[in-house]
Amino acid sequence: MSAKHADLLDELLDGKHRALARVITKIENRDPGYRELVSALHGHTGSADVIGVTGSPGAGKSTLVDKVANYYRDRGETVGVIAIDPSSPFTGGAVLGDRIRMASNVGDMDVFFRSMSARGSLGGLSTATTDAVKALDAFGKDKIIVETVGAGQNEIDIVKTADTVAVLVPPESGDNVQMLKAGILEIADVFVVNKADLPGADRAVSDLKEMVHMRGDEPTPEFGADVEGYDWTPEVIETVAKEGEGVEEFIDLLDEHHELLEKTGMLDAKARTRYAEEIRALLREDANRLVTEEIESHGGMTELVEAVYERETDPYSVAADVIAPIEDCVHD
Amino acid sequence: MSADQESQSIRCLVAKVGLDGHDRGAHVIARAFRDAGFEVIYSGLHNAPDEIVQAAVQEDVNVLGISILSGAHDTLVPKIVAGLKEYDAFEDTLILVGGVVPDDDKAELKELGVAEVFGPGTPMEETIEFVRENAPER
Repeated sequence: MSAKHADLLDELLDGKHRALARVITKIENRDPGYRELVSALHGHTGSADVIGVTGSPGAGKSTLVDKVANYYRDRGETVGVIAIDPSSPFTGGAVLGDRIRMASNVGDMDVFFRSMSARGSLGGLSTATTDAVKALDAFGKDKIIVETVGAGQNEIDIVKTADTVAVLVPPESGDNVQMLKAGILEIADVFVVNKADLPGADRAVSDLKEMVHMRGDEPTPEFGADVEGYDWTPEVIETVAKEGEGVEEFIDLLDEHHELLEKTGMLDAKARTRYAEEIRALLREDANRLVTEEIESHGGMTELVEAVYERETDPYSVAADVIAPIEDCVHD
Repeated sequence: MSADQESQSIRCLVAKVGLDGHDRGAHVIARAFRDAGFEVIYSGLHNAPDEIVQAAVQEDVNVLGISILSGAHDTLVPKIVAGLKEYDAFEDTLILVGGVVPDDDKAELKELGVAEVFGPGTPMEETIEFVRENAPER
């Protein structure tokens, strides 16, 4: 690690907000040397509870997160929030507007709120998010909330970062066929029908309850099937985050879930699954880099494409050629 | 995009400080910055100096754009500058002020550490170009 990064790390561990902010920037930018920095953080992590909040745009994620953070602060806990917003696929630019809703925590530096842009790639985003969570954890935050971009039904990545996942469902969120679809609804430990004062809330609650009922309480298979006693059935609750209604019940549920995770060993199982996923992601990244270098040594992508276009070769043969030297090295 | 993944993005905080309730200009600049490929954090209306310092530090922005129309710049901006200094964030944050600022005050703001003051009618390209050229490295 460079001397500059070592200083930064010391300052972060020392509780300097500026250093924490800068480390997250380095993680986001994949700054040269950021990997060593994150490596060094790892030994200081493992004490924070990580909560994921997702749901469709306008469901009220940021407002709820604001109230939750405030509640934790009242209890004397420190909070880190990472809020992800979409970025333009054309310019890479983004307007990150979740901070606007953090009104309850204005001026309280112990709520460390960081906006993150999706920067185009979802795979890269999950690596950056995981690493940013590590930075907050090493800094000493008790609770870390990750709020995802509410763009679609495919926010499954968050499960890999969070111990407990809350999915916000707005009233009037479509017929119950939406509830049959795979994806986002399967990842929830807690369902929150926010804006419960609006018409349609009762319907959303009963649809969700029916869905949960039909699903049974099988634990998510990807996390250690050998965990015993983890019999959590996702709860459905109503909140009006803007008014703070239901926030306490929501937090009680999060606590309850966390206790069960801890008691049954599911928390450890999740952590192990997460590390396996992280190692795989890093290896894929490294392999990608090797492949990119090989493509260059074959004359670059443009040339390869041209040969395919002219029917001199085909994509399968090109791929076989490019990977051959790497394959040879591995097999020797 | 994957190739651009490693390049650093210019992060800007667009902040409305004080009591005036007009944020149309701030919205326009936020959008123009977004279209220029910057990451814009918009802080909303009626921010106190403390709030802006908190946001600028936590978000680690290269650029802080303060929009003031109320004429209170000479009391509010110094508070922000002092706050940034407290968190060692002053040296590498480009501070811009947008709004209606008399010439005398402009000089004062610049002396304080504001890099540039953009008055009404400044072409957007000029502001963007200024940011591109002067945004401190991260």
